[in-house]
Amino acid sequence: MKVMPMTWARATSSRIADELPKTADAVVIGGGVIGTSIAYHLAKKGFGRIALVERSYLACGSSGRCGAGVRQQWGTKLNCLLSIDSVKAFERMDEELGYSRSIEFKQGGYLLLAYTRREAEQFRENVRLQQELGIPVSLLTPSEAREIVPILNTDCVHLATFCPTDGHANPFHVTYAYATAGKRLGVKIHTFTEAYDIMTESGKVEGVKTNKGTISTDVVICAAGPYSGVVARMVGLDIPFYPERHQILVTEPVEPVLGPMVMSFSRRFYCQQTPHGSFIMGMGDPKEKPGFSVSSTWEFLVEMAEEITKVLPPVGQLSVVRQWAGLYDMTPDAHPILGSTPCAGLYLACGFSGHGFMLAPVTGKLISEIVCDEEPSIDIHGLDLGRFERGELVIEPSVV
Amino acid sequence: MIDKTPGKEGKTDLSEITLICRCEDVTLKEIRDLIAEGYTTAEEIKRITRCGMGPCQGRTCRELLLAEIARALEEKVDKIAPTRYRPPTKPIRLGGIIEGDADDLG
Repeated sequence: MKVMPMTWARATSSRIADELPKTADAVVIGGGVIGTSIAYHLAKKGFGRIALVERSYLACGSSGRCGAGVRQQWGTKLNCLLSIDSVKAFERMDEELGYSRSIEFKQGGYLLLAYTRREAEQFRENVRLQQELGIPVSLLTPSEAREIVPILNTDCVHLATFCPTDGHANPFHVTYAYATAGKRLGVKIHTFTEAYDIMTESGKVEGVKTNKGTISTDVVICAAGPYSGVVARMVGLDIPFYPERHQILVTEPVEPVLGPMVMSFSRRFYCQQTPHGSFIMGMGDPKEKPGFSVSSTWEFLVEMAEEITKVLPPVGQLSVVRQWAGLYDMTPDAHPILGSTPCAGLYLACGFSGHGFMLAPVTGKLISEIVCDEEPSIDIHGLDLGRFERGELVIEPSVV
Repeated sequence: MIDKTPGKEGKTDLSEITLICRCEDVTLKEIRDLIAEGYTTAEEIKRITRCGMGPCQGRTCRELLLAEIARALEEKVDKIAPTRYRPPTKPIRLGGIIEGDADDLG
């Protein structure tokens, strides 16, 4: 099935691109943090000639628009295991990828706030699970939470949980770090190259058609974030999945005053202070309808300002410099879809439901193992596409 | 006639002390190094250096950055895609959005 190219990026004169290869051993669709991580990990395994196609510039979509948090405090064992692995990778990423800049990984922790009795109960359960898995998380009273974040208003806070090894990193740098490390290992990265059809023959992948030419290949990995549904439909595959806009803003930089990411699920906000000094904060909107719009609204600015001035009052003194939006790729159970598909040679790495950035390192590793026909180092067979048909959802209770 | 070749502006490399983005202290040399590395879009250079991400929202540096990319690619500057304009046009105090700012009588 042919899908017409979408216009997103404006014209560019990027001319330092390599010519598109005629054949490749694997084609990765999507130049975000997931796609670049997969390409790097495949190259590290010596998989062969790997081409990555991105319709705009690297990290232009969800990766570069995200809140950039990295946490291990999850409500399901699988998400905990995946994120423990990712945190380890973030800790040594600059070195492993030989990145000349820094991914700015700051392990200031995550402080999660429970505002309802039910939420507090869920947190207690989550902490039991997390501690069993070796995550250094603890339950805190509101006053203990204020010791960690002195500017926190603890009104209505029942309890908090804190994990000091959680944190956040710079999503642009993480993507570029994977891309440059991948290139060093021979990955060909083709930006402003849009895949618009996947060719198949008797249920097997044969190649990818792009606006710059066709690449013959047996293996296609879809890492197109919120556009993965569009990619899957190229082979007639319907994935239960929808894009949802989430808005975010950044303030002027100030001296460091906030160590951890502060977050609430019931009130749907998160806020962090970057190493640069600026505060980045976002909020989910339960009224948001599925769609591809990434425009910013005035309403978000007002709601975010109202919420943050209540929770972290001194932040109200800061000026908003910029607001933007990005897309979550939402699945019915807020877990990603990882692995093979009924179309032989097509693999999915999508549906991250707002936490793809933090899962990028482990995703790259696991997908490269699956593509190489190895047993994945973390058992993720429950995250396959088939789980939706089988009705075996892995519901994550703790998402913003 | 001033020699505009990078690194030949005189004894010191002037590009090292020429600021392109005043909010984020980004020098011309940093921009040129990134272009040489293959980062040839304004959006990518913005994301790596923070050029244009400061409180002035790129009012000064956007054009300078585009001109530098155009020069390196030997293109006309109007062929270079500018970075996206994002709200708000001017920084606004978060608290001011809620309670309104004090009057402007000083």
